[in-house]
Order: sequence, then C-alpha cells, then structure tokens
Amino acid sequence: MGILEVRDVNKNFGGLKALHNVNLDVQEGSVHAIIGPNGAGKSTLLNCFIGRLTPDTGSVMFNGSTLLGLKPHEINQAGVVRVFQTPEIFSELSLLENVMIPAFAKRDGAFKLNAFSDVARHGEIREKAMHMLEEVGLANDRDKTSSSMSRGDKRRLELAMCLVQDPVLLLLDEPTAGMSRADTNATIDLLKKIGGRGVTKIVIEHDMHVVFSLADRISVLAQGTVIVEDIPSKIKGNEKVQEAYLGGAHL
Amino acid sequence: MLSLFTKSSEKSDLLLLALFAVVVFAMPIWLAPFGAAYPDLMQRFAIYGIFATGFNILFGLTGYLSFGHAAFLGVGSYTAVWTFKLLGMNPIPAIIAAIIVAGLFALLIGFISLRRSGIYFSILTLAFAQMCYNLAYSVLTPITNGETGLRVLRDDLRLFDAPTVGDGGPLLSHIGGIEMTGMPGFYFAAVLLVIMVGLAMRIFRSPFGMMLKAVKTNQTRLNYTGVNTRPYTLAAFVISGMYAGLAGALLCVIDPLAGAERMQWTASGEVVLMTILGGVGTIIGPILGAALIKYFENIFSAFNDQTLNDIFSFLPDQLQEGFVSVTSLFVGEGWNLSLGILFVIIVVFLPGGVTEGLNRIGRFGLRRLGIGHKSKNEDETSPAPGE
Repeated sequence: MGILEVRDVNKNFGGLKALHNVNLDVQEGSVHAIIGPNGAGKSTLLNCFIGRLTPDTGSVMFNGSTLLGLKPHEINQAGVVRVFQTPEIFSELSLLENVMIPAFAKRDGAFKLNAFSDVARHGEIREKAMHMLEEVGLANDRDKTSSSMSRGDKRRLELAMCLVQDPVLLLLDEPTAGMSRADTNATIDLLKKIGGRGVTKIVIEHDMHVVFSLADRISVLAQGTVIVEDIPSKIKGNEKVQEAYLGGAHL
Repeated sequence: MLSLFTKSSEKSDLLLLALFAVVVFAMPIWLAPFGAAYPDLMQRFAIYGIFATGFNILFGLTGYLSFGHAAFLGVGSYTAVWTFKLLGMNPIPAIIAAIIVAGLFALLIGFISLRRSGIYFSILTLAFAQMCYNLAYSVLTPITNGETGLRVLRDDLRLFDAPTVGDGGPLLSHIGGIEMTGMPGFYFAAVLLVIMVGLAMRIFRSPFGMMLKAVKTNQTRLNYTGVNTRPYTLAAFVISGMYAGLAGALLCVIDPLAGAERMQWTASGEVVLMTILGGVGTIIGPILGAALIKYFENIFSAFNDQTLNDIFSFLPDQLQEGFVSVTSLFVGEGWNLSLGILFVIIVVFLPGGVTEGLNRIGRFGLRRLGIGHKSKNEDETSPAPGE
C-alpha cells in the first residue's frame, strides 16, 4: 500500500490521449522519480495530483482518501505540496515574507482573519521562516525582494516556501532545471537532507544525474503510459526504456 | 525621518499615527496660508481621506480595482439620513448603521464581483454601482426620494430626540448640543480619520495584509500554497466598503442630505484618481490624493473670467484677451481639465504618486545634508509603478 495510489488515470485533451491508464504506487518515505521524453505526460500527471487538472477517469488516492474534486488549497492543506518548475514567487514581498506566507497557511489553515494582529507578534512563524531561509542559504537576503535574484536563488526560495510547510508528499517538477552544476549538487544535497525527515517525494526530472542520485524507484512514462517501473539500477539497462526514451543510446 | 514611511515597526507606526493626528488637528493653522483653512473644505479633506484610505485597502493591497465604490458611499449616506429620520440627530448611531449596511452591501456585491478578476471585476463593480444609482433615481424613490434627495423633515419620527413643539432651529446632527457643522464638524471627521488610518496601518502590518499583498502579486500561487484567497479578497472588499459607508455617513453628518448623484460613476472614478495620484499601496498617499483633488476642485472651480482678467491685467489688451480665453478652459466649469493634466503628469513622471515624489525629495535632501546613507530598503518598498 502506497501513500499515493494512482489507478487507471486517463486524461484526454480533445483527440490527444495525454494519459492512458496510468498506475502509480508511491511508497511512504521514498523518492519516486517520473522520467520520460518531452510530451510524455509527466507534468499532466502532476497537475492531476494538485487539482490543476481533473482526470477523465481513474482515481488518485492520498493516504486513503481521494484527491480528486478537491480545490488546490485543500490539497495543499492535506499535505501535498508542489514545487513549481518556473519559480512562482510573490515578487513584491521580501524573501522572508515569501516564506512566512506558506508558514502562516500551514498554521492557520486556508483562511483566518487575523486582521489586527501585528506581523511581528508571530515570532514562531518568523523563526521558522528564517530557519528555512538559512537552510537554503538565503538568510542574508531576507529583507530583499525577489526582483534582483538569480534564477537559481529563486528556485531555492521556491523550495524553502514548500519545505516550510512540512509537506507529507512533495512534488518536484524539474527542481534543478536551469541550474548550474554546483547549484544542482547543492539542491540534491538539500533534497537528500529532507529525505531524512521521512518526506515522500515525487520528482520529475530530465537530468539523469539528479534522478539516479535521488530516486528509490523510477517510473518511465512514454506517450501517456507507464512503460516500466523499477529500481534505478534495473532502469539503466532496460531495453524498452532505451528504445522509447533514449532513442537506443546507452547510458 | 522619511524612512519611517517605508520601514516600519509597531512602535514607529504609533509614533507616525500620533504625528499624523497632530498634522490633521492642526490643519486650521497650517492650511491658512493656502487659503484652505475653512471648515467646509477641511471636512471634505477628512471625509474623502477616509473614503480613499478604505479604497486603498482593496486596490492598494489586493490590486482589485473597484470601479463602483461610490455605491457604498451613497448607501452610507442614505442609511445615515434614515437613522436621523427614525432615531434622531445623534451622529453616532447613524455612523454605526451606515457602516453595517454598507458592509452588507459590499458583502453581496463583492461575493458576486470577486468571481472574476482584472478588468471583468472592474466592470462588474461598475455595473452594480450604476444599478444602485439608477435604482435610487427610479424604483427606490420611496426610500431615496429620487431627484430631490433624501433629507430630514420636521415631522419625522426621530424616536429619541423628537422635536419639541415650536422647535425652529435648523436640522443638524449634534452630540450633546454641539452641532456638527463648521469646526466641530471638521474635528468630528478628523478624529474618525485618525482612527481609520490607525486601523488601516494595523491591517497593512498584519498577516491578513500580507496575504492581500500576495494576492496582488500571484493569486494562483497563493492557492497552491494552501490559502483560500476568496475569503481574503471578500474581507478586503467588505472592509473597504465599510470605510466608504462611514465616509458617506459623515457627508450627511455635516450636511443631512443624501442624493443619488453621490453614487454616479464619476464619484467612483474620483476615488480611483485620489488613490493613484497620492500613491497606491501607501498609507498616507490616498489621503494626500484626496486632499489635493478636493483642494484643486475648490481653487480652480472658483476662478471665473473676471478673476482671470484681473490676473492678466498687466498684459496688453490683445494678449490679455488671448490668455484669458485659453486659461478659462482650465478653470471654473473646466477645472476637470486641469485635474486631468495633473493626473497625466503624475502617472507619467511619478508612477508611485505624490508619495514617491516626496520620498525622492526626502532622499535628495538627506543626501545633501550629508546624513543620507542610502537606506537599502527604501528603493524596494516604494510602490511599484503602473499597476
């Protein structure tokens, strides 16, 4: 029994079969990578988990209850948190405020009208956010706005915004795309560190270096179907994978 | 000193509010050289200051541009006059009733309008406001007294201060015998302005205010962060509607007459101008904007050809005539033209409004004095251009 169970999920866009009978079992505490060529349906699948898209048929169960039909904020409140591929940041707010907002959402729920209390009175939220900024190495810039940040820094802020919520299931959509090699390695280390906290992770990634250094299990998606699911060492040598995904080249 | 406007803590907020109160209460003194120190005008500064401050909570924080806020101003006015008619001329119940009724109206209109964002939201609010305006003129005449306007009459119920026989005085609202007209009227509005600005400061600095600012930059992301944005935007809408209701009630406290023209779209547009002119998203900006517009309205609309002829009388006759005929377009009835030009100049050269201009001057001054190490936060917290 996995923490996330996906059963026979189908999603069509007009005549295009984006997802075709997708099944997925993600074990609690594991890192599950989803790889596949462009257009294989990886992002579509992820969007079905967070309420951005609704599958035509099939079920998505998280911790024994369905995610389908829930609003995005309800899915987040349940503990499923997505790290966006292009960093989506509150650009007019300071870095610290950017991390405090998800922390507030985690503590206070989807809506709380604490209209007349001073932000400074929520010390524990501030500390939690500061701690998270330190962990991703952005603590010195806490009062800056994100407008002058590098892309790599934005992605680290994005990660901090998601991690501060103590997610149960973290969905990472290409967490290292556009990063330098050094930043990529730093991100891998960071993600491994969170792994120690028992957070389940689903990673979509093109960078095989990242996939093979993080993943416990890998599902290979091609043309909307899972063609193989196995442990990394077996994926490397799998002929079907090399055929569909790598065009026959050897890893 | 000026950095107080941008970088704030709870303590500096209180200090700033105290300073603001002093400036407001001293208006009769320092406005005298500008020829603006008469009660009627200062009352309007305070009342429209409240209106714009409330509008800024919605527009400045969430970025939702309501084009129908005058509806709440009008609703507040009608409610206030009805409270006068039914309960008596004390302004306190009138204000409370107006805030509640305007809040309920805002809840209804906001609930529907906030289903859309951007231009569609603006159009929806505009449509609702125009509906209110037209209803007030037509179907609702029994409540609003149509074109004539709603006023307190001698034979009204006035439960708690029913007029004694032969009471011949003018019908004015009063507390403990002090009539809310002239200077007492101004101070009454000024006290409320300070209170409402204090409340706005708290909202700006609260987690609620932070969420509203996040709505402005990226509402979708906020949803995926586990926040249900709809109640937040609706709460902001209702709060700003209540501010407008209070302003509408105050207009009737100083002059117990409510007319439908208060709900016209031009009135809704005016508060947008005030906020942008002064500085969107700043505490003091909308109040400055409101004061500027009311001041210019007052000064420019008072000019006529005679005064212009006097001004240009030093010129040769031919030139004088030319100058007068050109400038007369911009004053009197045409003062809106001057306002329009001022607005264009501000938006093009100072997108952050007058507040940004003051900040720039302040920074320049500090640097000149040699004490100006450029505060690193000032640039970032100045309002973003061109929302």
